[in-house]
This record gives sequence, structure tokens and C-alpha cells, in this order.
Amino acid sequence: MEGFLANILNGLSWGMLLFLISMGLTTVFGVMGVLNFAHGSLFMLGSYLCMQFVRWSGSFWMGLIFGPPIVAALSILIERFLLRPLYGRDVSFQLLLTFGLMLFLDDGVRLIWGPAYHVVAPPAILAGVIPFFSQSYPVYRIFLVILGPLVGLGLWMFFTFTRWGKILRASAMDRQMAEIIGVRVPILFTGVFAFGAWLAALGGALAAPHQSVGPAMGERIIIESFIVVVIGGMGSFPGAFVGALILGLLNSFGTTWIPDLQMALPYLFLAVILLTRPRGLFGGEA
Amino acid sequence: MSRRFLGYPLLFGLLLAGLLSLPLFLSTYWVLIVTEILTMGLFAMSFNLLFGNTGLLSFGQAGFFGAGAYFAVFCILHLSPSLWLALICACLGAAVLALIIGWLSVRLDEIYFAILTLGFGMMLFTVAHNWRSVTGGSDGLGNFALPALNLIFWKVSIGHPRHFYYLVLVVVIAGVLFLNRITRSPFGLMLRATRENSNRVSFVGADLRMIRLQAFVLAGALAGLAGALFALFNRIASPEMLHWSFSGKAVLMTILGGSGVLLGPVAGAAIFFVLEHWITSFTNSWMIFLGAILVFLVLIFPKGVLGTLMAWVDKQGKGKDS
Repeated sequence: MEGFLANILNGLSWGMLLFLISMGLTTVFGVMGVLNFAHGSLFMLGSYLCMQFVRWSGSFWMGLIFGPPIVAALSILIERFLLRPLYGRDVSFQLLLTFGLMLFLDDGVRLIWGPAYHVVAPPAILAGVIPFFSQSYPVYRIFLVILGPLVGLGLWMFFTFTRWGKILRASAMDRQMAEIIGVRVPILFTGVFAFGAWLAALGGALAAPHQSVGPAMGERIIIESFIVVVIGGMGSFPGAFVGALILGLLNSFGTTWIPDLQMALPYLFLAVILLTRPRGLFGGEA
Repeated sequence: MSRRFLGYPLLFGLLLAGLLSLPLFLSTYWVLIVTEILTMGLFAMSFNLLFGNTGLLSFGQAGFFGAGAYFAVFCILHLSPSLWLALICACLGAAVLALIIGWLSVRLDEIYFAILTLGFGMMLFTVAHNWRSVTGGSDGLGNFALPALNLIFWKVSIGHPRHFYYLVLVVVIAGVLFLNRITRSPFGLMLRATRENSNRVSFVGADLRMIRLQAFVLAGALAGLAGALFALFNRIASPEMLHWSFSGKAVLMTILGGSGVLLGPVAGAAIFFVLEHWITSFTNSWMIFLGAILVFLVLIFPKGVLGTLMAWVDKQGKGKDS
């Protein structure tokens, strides 16, 4: 029973990180139609920048506040100078460009911070463990489990009730129509891409105390968040939420119960979902 | 009218002559690199049959490449130490896998197809990685004797780099001729029609899924063949050969060289490996350069390097003819 609950908490905390990243990915895809391969690298960059700020200031919160906006600023340059020339062209070019960016960023990070893994301590208030039945459980993971839905709720409210959120949804639904009624789509695209990058980097900063910070962390999460987004239905928020939770739980229970198959579980699940519901759980009809 | 530029047969003749005489004046080191280029070029061409011709972006092509490698090594280890049998086994084994995976995958398209094939490819990777007793786990299967090439009257050892180079060259040329034949056939025309507008293909009464499935199986078989050559070349079949990042290499080479031309992927493979060897000779972080070059090429050469070159040559040729 204790193991079961611990598994659920572990799954949820990883799921919440996946959720943050997937939301950025799915927003960028929904509005711009760009599937960003470098999204995992932006997540990783967020983690490294957070670590760097923690080293400078000694405070995790500084990293959480100042890291992600730097990544967002960088992604404004990426959108403006690299992605924008490609909008008229085949989707595969965007995929390839962002694939190239991924290689660039991954190796760039290795060049700056070295190939070793780094540990970031959680802030004092979230450090330590709490008693959990007969065992103990890290407070930081519980913090993630609580924070995830809050961020999700905030985003949902932003998209449902604010003017900007409505503009975004309208542009995602029909870009041409949005342009006709006066939405300045180029600026919107830049904003959306930066917003997605900020979410990814936020996830990365939050992940820093949860796992070790290392050069391979972007590659793992990008594939898992692709799966989340596809399972949930591309461009769907509730889909990203449910997909992330399922993948997080599959991950933690798989490791305990069927360690041999754990690596294949996300892919198996992906195949089952796509073969029964080709547009994902919350996707529209094909 | 659209008279073909007369230089092409000449160019291909020169290319062929160059490739045939290559080992005479290149060092063994470069012969090995060209062998690798040709093998990966064949793999990338198999991917391009789906991507460039049919419009299907498969991110799981490495699954068939790696499966071909394992099938060839299984064959040598457990069936008989025959090179031909190993190559045929790899081809057929990969084709059967592609039939199963393709049957499930081709009903989807675009991004969904890409992600689903990625998923199936990673399942194969997991099998190769975790089924230790059969596949040797992450160490792979490396302990096998290289079979000799049996040409009715004489046996050739392919252990020698030059011999192996010619074997690969012959297989790759056969692959190129085969692909050339396919893309120029009515079937090839259907593939391109599928890429341009899949709805219309269905409307005229063609079985869209069948066409895609056939392309998928052919591409899988070719990838398996390339994988078998790669395993013999490196004397190992390892799980990395099935990993999605390996599929990414095929995508990269194809678009680097040009997906619209038959030899584009091979040109891409050549650019890739020459750049890799050149850049790693002065720095360890070659990926950062590759990434930057890739970004640059995507922005500057929308048709890939060979594709842009061919378009330019075509324009010159037309200018002269008319």
C-alpha cells in the first residue's frame, strides 16, 4: 500500500513536469503548426540556467524567476530569424531546423557546462522529507504535485477568460480569419513561441532539484512530451494534462512492477491510443 | 520542350568510374569512410522512398535498419555462415516487420505517422536492448566470423576493406537501379500522386493504404539490407542502430542532400561524413557545428545541396537546348 502511494506520487511529480513541457509544445503546435524538436533542449537550458543562478545567488527562487525569461528571449531570436523564413514551406523543414537547433543547443550546453551531471538542492523550505507511513517522502516532489495543477489552472484561466487567451485560441482555430479581423499574426507567433519556450524552461528549472542536471535530459523529455501531446490530441490542453499524468504513472509503476518492459511502455501505450483513436484522446475528429 | 540535359549520362558515367577506381588512389582510411557513406546512403534512400516520394515522414526507419543488422548476424551465428543468406534474411526479416508495423501505421499521416513510427521503432529498440539472452543487450552481438563471398567459382574474403567496399558498391548500385526503376514506374507515379494529394488518389479509386503499405515494405526491406551491410562492416549489431536518433540521421542526410532527387540522400550522407571527419579532426564538439550547418542549409538550400545543384544544372541545360 505504501509502495503503491509512493508510486502514485512519483508518477504524478514526473507527470507534472511533463505537463508543463507538453503545454508549451502543444500551444506552439496548436497556434503555429510548428512541431518544435528543440523544445526539450529549451527545457534543458532552463535547468542549466537555473543551476547557474543558484550558484551565483545561492537561492533556488532566483533561478526559477530569472532563468526561464532568458530562454524565452533567446527563443524570440530563434523565431524571428530562423523559423520565420520557413513558414511558407513544407513542415519537414521546420522539423529539420528545430532538429538542427537541438543538436546545436545540446552540444552548446556540453561545451559551456561540461559533460558531468550537476545537483541542485531544493530551496530550504522545500528541502528534506516528510514521514510517509513507515517511510519518508521528499517534500519537493509533493510541491511539484501541487504546483502542476495550479499552473495548469492558471493557464486554463488565461486561455479562457483573458483577451490574449481568446486571441490565441482564435488564431489556433483559423489563422487567416484571425488575421482578417486584425490580429497581428507575426507578433502573435513570436509571442507564442517565446511563451512555449518559457514554459519549457520553467519545467526545466523546476526539474533541476527533482533530478540531476545533465546534457542528456532534453533528449529523454522531448520524446516523452511528443508522446504526451499525441496521446492527448495535438493542441489540446486537457489532453496534455491527462496524457502527462498517464505517462508519469506508467513510468513509476512500470519501473516497480515490470522493469524489463518499462522502457517500452510509453510507446506501447502510444500505439494502442493512436490505433484506436487516431487523433488522440481529446483530439477532434480526423 | 523538356529535353533532358544531355550531361546526365556523362555525369553518372564519371561518377561510376570514379567510385570503381576509388580504392586505387585513396588510402584505406578513406575507403572505409566511403564504404560507410554508401551504406548509410542506401539507408537514407530507403527512408527517402517514403519521405521524398510518398510524403510519409517515418521516424522509425532505424528500426528496420537495426532489425536487418540483427537478422543478418543471427543468420550467420545460428543458420549458416553464408553472406548471401545473411543478406536475404535481413531483407526478408525487415520486410516482414515492415509489413506488420506498416499495416498498423499507414492509416495515419503527417505528424501522427511520424510519431507512431517513432514509437514502433523504439519498441524494437527496447526489445533489442532488453532481450539480453538473444540480442546480447546493450553490448550487441559482435562475436561472429565474417562470412566469405561465394561467387560460384571463387570465394572472396570480405575482411579486406577493398573487397568489402566493392561488395557494398555493387549492392548500393543495385539498390539505386531498383529505386530508379520503381520511381519511374506507374507505381512510382502513384507514390508521387499520394505525396501531392492523397485525397485525389482515393477519389480516383486507388487503394491509398495499399500503395503506402507497399512503399513502406519496400523501404523496410532496403533499410534491412543496408543494416546488414552496416553490421558486417562494423562487425557488430547493436541496439543503437534501432534508436530514433539513428532514424534522425537518415532524415538529416536526406534533406541535407535533397529529398527530390534519387541520389540526394547519398550526397547527404557524403556531406555528413566528410564534415564529421573534417570537424572532429580539430574539435570534439562536432554536433554544435553540425547543428549550425544544418540550420544554415535548411535556410539557404530548400531543395538540399544536390537538389539545388541539379535544379541549377537543369536550368543551364535548358537554356542551351532551347
